[in-house]
Amino acid sequence: MHKLDPEKRLALLAEEARKRQAQASREDVPTLRIVMSTCGLAAGAAETRAAFEEALERRGLEARIVAVGCLGHCYAEPLVVIHHPASGFPPLCYYNIDPGKARMLVDSFLLDGDPALEYVLGAMVPNDLLPAVTDFPRFSMEQRVVMEHCGAIDPHSLDDYLALGGYGALATALGRSPGWVLDEVARSGLRGRGGAGFPTGRKWRLAAEAPADSKVVICNADEGDPGAYMDRTIMESNPHQLLEGMALCAYAVGAEEAIVYVRAEYPLAVRTIQRAIDDARKAGLLGERILGSDFSLHIRVFQGSGAFVCGEETALIQSIEGRRGMPQHRPPYPVEAGLWGRPTVVNNVKTLSTVPAILTRGAHWFRSIGTEKSPGTAIFSVVGNVTHAGLVEIPMGTTLRTLIFDVCGGIPKKKAFKAVQIGGPSGGCLSGDFLDTSIDFDSLTEAGAMMGSGGMVVMDEDSCMVDVARYFLDFTQNESCGKCTFCRIGTRHLLLILDRITKGEGREEDLELLDTLSRDIRDGSLCGLGKTAPNPVLTSLRYFRDEYEAHVREKRCPALKCRALTAFYIDLDKCARGCDACVGCCPVEAIFTTRGRKKAIDQELCVKCGECVTACPPEYDAVVRVSPAHLAPIIERPQPSEGRG
Amino acid sequence: MIALDVDGRTIQVEAGITVLEACLQNGIFIPNLCFVKTRKRPHASCRLCFVEIDGLDRPVPSCTQRVRDGMKVRTDTEPVRRLQRSAFKLLMSTHICTPRECPTQGRCQLIRTAKLLKVSLKPSPLERLERDVDPVVRLGPLVHYPYRCVLCGRCVHVCGEESGHGLLTFAKRGFNTVVATFVSEGEEGPCAECSACVGVCPTGALTLEAPETAESEEPGRAADSGG
Ligand SMILES: Cc1cc2nc3c(=O)[nH]c(=O)nc-3n(C[C@H](O)[C@H](O)[C@H](O)COP(=O)(O)O)c2cc1C
Ligand code: SF4
Ligand code: SF4
Ligand code: FES
Repeated sequence: MHKLDPEKRLALLAEEARKRQAQASREDVPTLRIVMSTCGLAAGAAETRAAFEEALERRGLEARIVAVGCLGHCYAEPLVVIHHPASGFPPLCYYNIDPGKARMLVDSFLLDGDPALEYVLGAMVPNDLLPAVTDFPRFSMEQRVVMEHCGAIDPHSLDDYLALGGYGALATALGRSPGWVLDEVARSGLRGRGGAGFPTGRKWRLAAEAPADSKVVICNADEGDPGAYMDRTIMESNPHQLLEGMALCAYAVGAEEAIVYVRAEYPLAVRTIQRAIDDARKAGLLGERILGSDFSLHIRVFQGSGAFVCGEETALIQSIEGRRGMPQHRPPYPVEAGLWGRPTVVNNVKTLSTVPAILTRGAHWFRSIGTEKSPGTAIFSVVGNVTHAGLVEIPMGTTLRTLIFDVCGGIPKKKAFKAVQIGGPSGGCLSGDFLDTSIDFDSLTEAGAMMGSGGMVVMDEDSCMVDVARYFLDFTQNESCGKCTFCRIGTRHLLLILDRITKGEGREEDLELLDTLSRDIRDGSLCGLGKTAPNPVLTSLRYFRDEYEAHVREKRCPALKCRALTAFYIDLDKCARGCDACVGCCPVEAIFTTRGRKKAIDQELCVKCGECVTACPPEYDAVVRVSPAHLAPIIERPQPSEGRG
Repeated sequence: MIALDVDGRTIQVEAGITVLEACLQNGIFIPNLCFVKTRKRPHASCRLCFVEIDGLDRPVPSCTQRVRDGMKVRTDTEPVRRLQRSAFKLLMSTHICTPRECPTQGRCQLIRTAKLLKVSLKPSPLERLERDVDPVVRLGPLVHYPYRCVLCGRCVHVCGEESGHGLLTFAKRGFNTVVATFVSEGEEGPCAECSACVGVCPTGALTLEAPETAESEEPGRAADSGG
């Protein structure tokens, strides 16, 4: 066996894997693939799985249950793909499957052959019987490079990955040379997906050429942006693809040690990656003399304690070295002097996970996707006021409009689009004027936002942009490491100013102060956190200045969001005499009965929770929210003596 | 020796030093709080020492730049001063100046900086920020005044890297960051003999003297002198 070259060795491994797979799956046994990544588990996938198991046992049925990773349709979870060959149906994808529906599906589909089509999202493959999910805009406009196999393969099965040709790029590279990998990656034009978009080929070449005996590769899986979960999902859904990418990087730059830096709040990702490392090592795909070559690589997992700033590469390195996670001045960059002073490549999960596909299908293929300067795909976790929230992978160059309205189904409840925040907490808020902006590194930066690492929050007309800026500043000022003056103290001032504006205590000078202070923090801070923290303020000030002015000058919140600037009152023309649906719901008993036996709100007592809006029956719809607060008519409470007439 | 041009003046300095040191050695004052010569990697946290250098499109902290022969440096441009004033105002919004009790006895770097920048010691237009700290804190035998501290990190550095004790550290995070010690309460540790940190503190926030009267350190009773 030791005379074989890496590719032949891998071919043997893959063949064995396929044999084992063939033995495990019998044609007559249905397969249930349940999405059990964190997004699925949060939606109740574990309970769904238990219900399936219990129902199968009760009916004495045999079926293979496979826990798979995320399909990207997080809005429809728990998701289950059932392949029941004997029924004649193609594999079907079921959505929102709670335990009750799980039991029902066992009886109707697995037992009686009725697929209960009302719960089917679509078939997984094109067919003559029913629409396939591949025809949905969500699928047809997406282009999956990194997430190609997410949700389809068992993340805990090395066999699944091998059977699809996994580790093929590594075997090919080992048979060629590190220079070949460096050239291909450089030619592909791949740019880092961790935020700044630095050309990956150039980073690797710098590390490869750095004179040192020992080098390190670090996968940055800190993912601290609130609401972002792309990296977690990729690790939970296809861990071997990431490991292969890391191995290719290590081989290219000459490193024998690699670390996956994952936040400890991602226990499932940690377990999944650790298991994948162990499995790959046992199969000779990691560890000493990989696939019989001279290349050895040891990968370990390091659990970070989840500080946003530890995603910054120099702080990340400090944190691994056991120090306080504070960013360091660069240069020297990690590729010159990183972990323990050794040349270190730090790359994002998505960057590394893209590499196997580039080497398998070629730099030319990769360049055919996306734009000239930003080739490839972008992965976003789209959240907020959007119909189909979840993970999407689209070619770079797709417009924001296409992503939000076509791929993600637009804004729910017939509300109007207002803004989109791209690039995580320190990205920018773009208005509707920017919907035709192309999603790529340079266009987004030009618009004042940034690619970031893939967080996207869509906001409808009910969002107050001052409040949104305040929300993001609250996050960043909390996450500042405290090292440098601008970020430590400056973001605090920004937050206080925004806070007083939303409370109606803003001053005319505040707008100017916000603007100059934001620019100074941007230009003066030490690391990317401080440099970008003012982005939500700067962009919202630029694109939604009228909202700031309304808050400061008229004490009015145009979106009716800021509590101190709004008031609720009950429209007496609409209120139904004798109805008291709202009375009990008010937590502070601010609602009273007027002389005309209608209801009114005591403005002194009202805490503006909005419960009465929900309680008022839709046919009356009598509760009105206004801003500025003084617009609410003051209605005197009747004296106790005259009250009950 | 190499030559560089600072504000139109040619100065000769030894190779390998920082632009900040080069200027200071030649009597060109650049405000600085966090620079320590013995640091391998610049801390660059106070953000006061900005200069403009030909070839770089925006101001950079001069403590992070090594001198190069023929380098052209400007210390007094509008963008530089803007950032310096802004950083200074930010520091002053959390700093309480008590000139009478201050152990720096007028040798305070903040006062010197205010004079150079021609600004008062008041933070306006910024408001004064309250910090969640006690006015006087015991760090082993050391007495620490958090409202004077600008978190430059010099003390932490000399304690760890120069005197080799490693007893000082930053604790908490972000706006709440404070200097703390590993010396347990009531213990002496090596601090009284060493006192390296006291010597490097630019603002008199660390002493070995008995605590000053509590009232003089009350926030809000700041003497806005110098303005
Ligand atoms: C405050 C801050 C947080 C960051 N967080 C992350 C993160 O969570 N994940 C990540 O990959 N990069 C993060 N980065 C960017 C990294 O510093 C680094 O640029 C990146 O990991 C490089 O990988 P890439 O070349 O593949 O993009 C962060 C940067 C800053 C300034
Ligand atoms: S910019 Fe903020 S996070 Fe970065 S070093 Fe300065 S204080 Fe720390
Ligand atoms: S105590 Fe003095 S030396 Fe230490 S961080 Fe504060 S200001 Fe700097
Ligand atoms: S002396 Fe350069 S940043 Fe503090």
